[in-house]
Formats: sequence, C-alpha cells, structure tokens
Amino acid sequence: MAKPPNNAKSAPKHKKGAAKKNKSTSSGVNAEDLLRFYRQMLLIRRFEEKAGQLYGMGLIGGFCHLYIGQEAVVVGMMAAANKQDSVITSYRDHGHMLACDMDPNGVMAELTGRRDGYSKGKGGSMHMFSREKNFYGGHGIVGAQIPLGTGLAFAHKYKEDGGIAHAYCGDGAINQGQIYESFNMAELWKLPVIYVIENNRYGMGTSIERASATTELYQRGASFGIPGAQVDGMDILAVKAAGEKAAARCRAGKGPFILEMKTYRYRGHSMSDPAKYRDKEEVSKVRKESDPIDNLRDKLIAAKVADEATLKDIDKDIKAIVTAAAEFAQASEEPDPAELYTDILLEA
Amino acid sequence: MATQILMPALSPTMTEGKLAKWVKAEGDKVASGDILAEIETDKATMEIEAVDEGILAKILVAEGTEGVPVNTPIAVITEDGEDVGDIGVAAVKAPTPAAPAAAPATAAAAPRPSSQPAQEPDYSGPTVHISVREALRDAMAEEMRADELVFLMGEEVAQYQGAYKISQGLLDEFGPKRVIDTPITEQGFGGLGIGAAFGGLRPIVEFMTFNFAVQALDQIINSAAKTLYMSGGQMGAPIVFRGPNGAAARVGAQHSQCYASWYAHVPGLKVVAPWSAADAKGLLKSAIRDPNPVVFLENEILYGQTFDVPDDPDFTLPIGRAKVERPGADVTITAFSLMVGMSLDAAEALATEGIEAEVINLRTLRPLDTDTIVQSVRKTNRLVTVEEGWPTAGIGAEIAAVIMEHAFDDLDAPVARVAGADVPMPYAANLEKLALPTVDQIVAAAKSVCYR
Ligand SMILES: Cc1ncc(C[n+]2csc(CCOP(=O)(O)OP(=O)(O)O)c2C)c(N)n1
Ligand SMILES: [Mg+2]
Repeated sequence: MAKPPNNAKSAPKHKKGAAKKNKSTSSGVNAEDLLRFYRQMLLIRRFEEKAGQLYGMGLIGGFCHLYIGQEAVVVGMMAAANKQDSVITSYRDHGHMLACDMDPNGVMAELTGRRDGYSKGKGGSMHMFSREKNFYGGHGIVGAQIPLGTGLAFAHKYKEDGGIAHAYCGDGAINQGQIYESFNMAELWKLPVIYVIENNRYGMGTSIERASATTELYQRGASFGIPGAQVDGMDILAVKAAGEKAAARCRAGKGPFILEMKTYRYRGHSMSDPAKYRDKEEVSKVRKESDPIDNLRDKLIAAKVADEATLKDIDKDIKAIVTAAAEFAQASEEPDPAELYTDILLEA
Repeated sequence: MATQILMPALSPTMTEGKLAKWVKAEGDKVASGDILAEIETDKATMEIEAVDEGILAKILVAEGTEGVPVNTPIAVITEDGEDVGDIGVAAVKAPTPAAPAAAPATAAAAPRPSSQPAQEPDYSGPTVHISVREALRDAMAEEMRADELVFLMGEEVAQYQGAYKISQGLLDEFGPKRVIDTPITEQGFGGLGIGAAFGGLRPIVEFMTFNFAVQALDQIINSAAKTLYMSGGQMGAPIVFRGPNGAAARVGAQHSQCYASWYAHVPGLKVVAPWSAADAKGLLKSAIRDPNPVVFLENEILYGQTFDVPDDPDFTLPIGRAKVERPGADVTITAFSLMVGMSLDAAEALATEGIEAEVINLRTLRPLDTDTIVQSVRKTNRLVTVEEGWPTAGIGAEIAAVIMEHAFDDLDAPVARVAGADVPMPYAANLEKLALPTVDQIVAAAKSVCYR
C-alpha cells in the first residue's frame, strides 16, 4: 500500500515489552509509562469523537463502530504485549489499530474511503490490517476472528518465534459455536493465545442477560480446562496486570488464557443506534464514576506524575494529531477506479 | 475558535431530519459528551453530543424544524470568553462531495488476467503408473520436503492415515508437528488454518469431504477469499482446502453434492478439479505453492484409478489452463473431474458413428480457461457442457454464458448441458443412477447439437 505519510506529530510510539523502571509510582508502574497510557487512551477517545463527527458530515459511510469507553482494555493489553505478538479483533477496531501504533492518518483515511487509507479505501472501518504492526484485522462476521486468532497462535508456536496472539471478541460474540471449537483446539494443542472478551454488556441492543445463559464469561473456557479471570476493564492498570499474567503463562507454553474485561461502550452500537435498550442514567453513571481516562487522570494528579498544565499540553497535542488525521483523510483522494480490479489474487 | 455544529447524518441513508428538541439553551456551558439536541430521523429519535467544551453561543435552527438537510449548520459553539462575533471567522469546511463513481464496468469488461498462465510444459521424460491417491500423497510429500512451512491438518489425516488413505505415510515421515489430526470442527479448523496462513504458514486443510466444508464456508469466503482485497493487497491467505467433492456411491443426499459452482462463484479463490493422476499431482503441487487460497476438489471414485504421471519432482501443471484431452472437429465437450473420463468414453462411442468430439478437461474452474474453450468452439461450432452437479447456476450455465459473450457467431446450435438431476441425491440404487449423468446422455447431447 501507499504508506500514509507520517504525521509530524504522530501518535506516541509506545514501547512494547519491558519498560524502563524509573521513578516508580505507587502502582508499580513508572511515570513515563503512565503518561504514555494516558496519551494513548486519549488519542483513541479523541480519534473516535472525530470519526463520529466526520460520520455526521457524511464523510464516513456505512457502519462505524466507536470504541469510546473501552479504551483501557486495548491500551492495557498492549502494555503487556511484546513486539512479535499478533492482534486480531472484530469490526470495533479503531482503538486496537491506534494501540498497535498504526498511523492515525492511515486509519482515518480508510474511514473516509480514500486511497491513502490502510486498505487503499477498499476495506473501510471494519477491515484494516497492518503486517508491519502485526495487526490482523478488522473482521465483520461476529466471532470469525477467534478461529483466525487461534491460527495466528498456531503459527507463533509452529515458528517458535516467541509471540502470542491476542484475540478479542465481544460479549455477544462469545456465544458463537466457532469460539468453542477454537477453545478446544487451543487448549488441546497448548496454543499461545489470550482470548480477550470485551464485555461491554450489550451486543447491539441485546443485553448480556438476555443473550447468555451464564454471564460469568471468564468461565467460558471451563469445560476445556482453560483458566480465566475477570478484570475491571475500566482500570488500565488492572488490565495491564492481568494481561501480563496471562501473557507470561502463554509464553511459558502453558496454553491459552481467557480474560473477561468488564467494560462499557458509551456510544451506540454503530452510528445509527437509537439506544432505546438502555436508559441515559446508566450511561452517564458509568461515565461519571468509572471513566477509564478520568480515572487515570486522577491517579496522575494524585501521584504528582503530572499537573494540570502537563495534561493540558497532552490534550493539545492529541487534538492536533486528530485534527491532522481528519484533514489528511479529507485531502486524500478516492481510490483510482482501476483499483476496482486489483488485489483480488496475487501473482502465482 | 468558534465551531459550527452541523446537522449530522445518523444512519447510512439519512439525508434530512427533524430538529426535535434543543436540550441546551443559548448561553449554556457545554462539556464534551453533553447532549445538545434530539434529532428525529425516519427510523428513530437520536441525540447529538458535544465533542468539544465551550459555550452554546447561538442556535441557528429552531426546535421543531422539519426537513433539515444533513450538514446544515444548526448551532455555534464558542470557547470560553470568546466573542460570538467571531463566528463568521470560523469557516466550516463543507464536506467534499464524493466524486461520481466511475460507471460500473460490466462483467464482460472486467479485465482478463493479463498474463495467461504458461501452457503446460511438454513432457517426454520417464513416467510412473500410479493412482490418483498416490499422486496426491506424493504431491504433498514433495512440497512438504521442499518447504518447512507446509503442513497438513484435518480429520483423521495422521494416525488413521487419511479417511480415504490420501495421507498414507505422511505422519511417519513428517511427524505430528506437520501432520495434524483435528477435532471434528470444520468451522474451527478451517478458520484456524486461514489464521495460520495469515501468520506466514502454508497450510493444507483436508476436509473429509466437501459436504462438511460447508460448515467452514463462511471462513473460506469471508476470511480467506476476501482479505487480500479488504487489506488493499497487504495480506493474502496462501492455503489449500482439499478433499473429495461430489457423489461417491449410495451415501445419500447429505454426502453426495458437487460444490464446484459454489466456490467458482467467489472472487479471491482459485478452484481446481483434477481428473487424472498427473492432473492431481501437477495441480496440487501448484496449489500448495500458490500465494492464494485454492479450493482443490477431488473425487472419491477417481482415487483408485491409475494413470501415467511424469517421474520428475519438478513436474507441475499451471492453474488456469484447461487441457484438450482428445482433439476433434465436430463438437466440443467440456468436463471436469470424474466427468472427463465419461466424456472420453462418449467421444469414443461418437467416433463409431462418425462424430469427432473434442474433449476439454477444464482442470481449473476459477479462473476458467475461456480461451481454450472459445478456440475449440470456433473450430467445432458446437458445445456440450458436462458436470455431475446440479444444472441451475452451475458450471455449464457459466460456460454457456461465456460462449454467448465470446463466440456467439460461431455457434451452429444452442449449447447443450448435461448435468446431475435437479434433486437431492436419492439412496436407492436405481434412483441414484438416474440422478447422475451417463455416457449415453453425453452421446445423445452431442448428437443433438450436431442435429443427428
Ligand atoms: C455472524 C454475524 N451475525 C450478526 C452480525 C450483526 N452484528 C454485528 S455486531 C453484532 C453485535 C455483537 O456484539 P458484541 O459481540 O457484544 O460486540 P460489541 O459490538 O459489543 O463490540 C451483531 C449482531 C454479524 N456481523 N455477524
Ligand atoms: Mg458487546
């Protein structure tokens, strides 16, 4: 693909893997890392808000599933990832791509269906990939990414490259039969895969209670002997700690692990969601009491890792990145009509 | 800087809506996430939220207004302390109108592959006489020796040596890391294989039969076939899905279906259906080396049949090329898999009546070797298509359409189709026989297009 030109103020490069242990805070995480997590979550939040705006302007079409509210999950998991790890998820994928360090310009340009998008405009919001960043999509068939992610883990083990697969799915997807087929093989063959269930309480308009006979989703691997843990997915440090534990187990060759992240999506399922299945108080309560970004912000201030001025600077930085991405995504041209017939088969 | 709030599009199809209610009033302070207004579309009432914090300085569209077009400015938000007078300065970028899409190309205008695959190399070296079963096994073994990344997985492929003994000896030679028995979970291991291909491996996924692959059809189509396109060319799936396809004998409706036209329908797949042992070996080796997903349709009845095969580890056959198995000037017969042998028998019978049939072994169903068929029809002016599967939307229907597009003026008779009966496969021996194409039917069809 035509690699999207790198924005001068590009997304913060996060270092996967061993972080330098300087200036440790009470959480045991150093100040530099905490600030980095804050930036990454804020980038996702602002990026998604901007995507929502562009959708409203008719610049983004079709389905567009925003990740607002769930930022701590993927940022925390990536804090526990190594460079060679692979990541795969559903259609609610913008946050995962940004957390994998993919270029916001390229992601936004894909949302607007332009030639400088990650898939040259041919994939859209639900279908982006980056071999370079080991991000394997972006899948629109609910649950289908779980066998695929299990296959990525199979490849890690086969090649003995030390990597593990992070395979994400929703609380709705978790009832898909193919997920249990995958659990079975993953445990049978001790594949290095972390299944991350993002339990945001709803699959479209169906609450988990109305869709699932059992709602303790971290136990869904029990009949295969796969251990699981329930995690406060609104608390990035809890996510990171759980992710590190699960990853260590996978890397030690002990097979798969299930992490159920209790989280919440603030916006509709996609842009055209009338939200009649939950009341406003429910949403505003979560927003007020357990917003992942506000949470970390409070911690940063309390631990004197940052003051208001520093945070304001970060805000400004992120805003500039997102504004630049939106401009890039509008300036980029639509794909050449000749692209209609390219990328169907590779030359043998 | 002041920013204008525009009437948002709240669904993929919305063009206008009603501004039902302002939740905030002029002069109110708003924070990011605050609900500003309620908008009614034809489908639902939805709320719009503030993205930035500031003051709702001015409402431009009163509540209750109907038919407000998407993108109309409806309000202005200013930063704290900013003068509303600045509003005019904040130019709202109008959304760039999408350039009109290029006129959709008709199917016929779709570019043909620029480089036709190489013609089958002439081979005059030594040959061995082996079964289709052995040819398939040898192809896999040779490719596994050549490339560490190639592995075989499927039900009963390892310890049992293959439900149809295709993988005989492979476990012994390559070990359990590369020859893997799977649980009976087609969707799961179908998808797992594709993920492994994304991850850089070269899987061969054996389906015990293609009847069961339907459980993995979503993964084959939505994950294997479409990802290269959806990723703008970044990520393809080099994988082979293979196993017996079509009717065996007396196994009833659920175990006796030909899926050729299902897969041939899908861009992003290659679909191969070998007949002889040489086809099987040469094409399977090419399929394993191919960087694309290849659906490789075998036939249980052919597994035990023997043919001469080039005795050369470098022997391969190009995917995308048909083979004229028997030349003839009077009528063209196209066939694939088991039907090739029957068509050759029919040609033999036709010859005794003075009709020389040209029999084309299609070998690949996608991409179809249109050139070879068209060239033949230009010569014979008559065409009979033969397939074991159902006629409706089948391979014969496709070939008939292709010939209309490319050789209409060359036809001296309407194209005739010989296909399986349009019914689920019956069990009773006499009914099953009636449901499958016969040599006699092929002969009769050939004679009818020759008006004999
Ligand atoms: C196989 C399949 N069935 C239905 C759909 C339509 N659909 C898209 S998302 C969705 C809800 C999924 O909810 P969940 O797994 O909880 O993920 P979330 O959207 O909450 O992230 C549905 C039903 C689909 N894309 N694929
Ligand atoms: Mg959900």
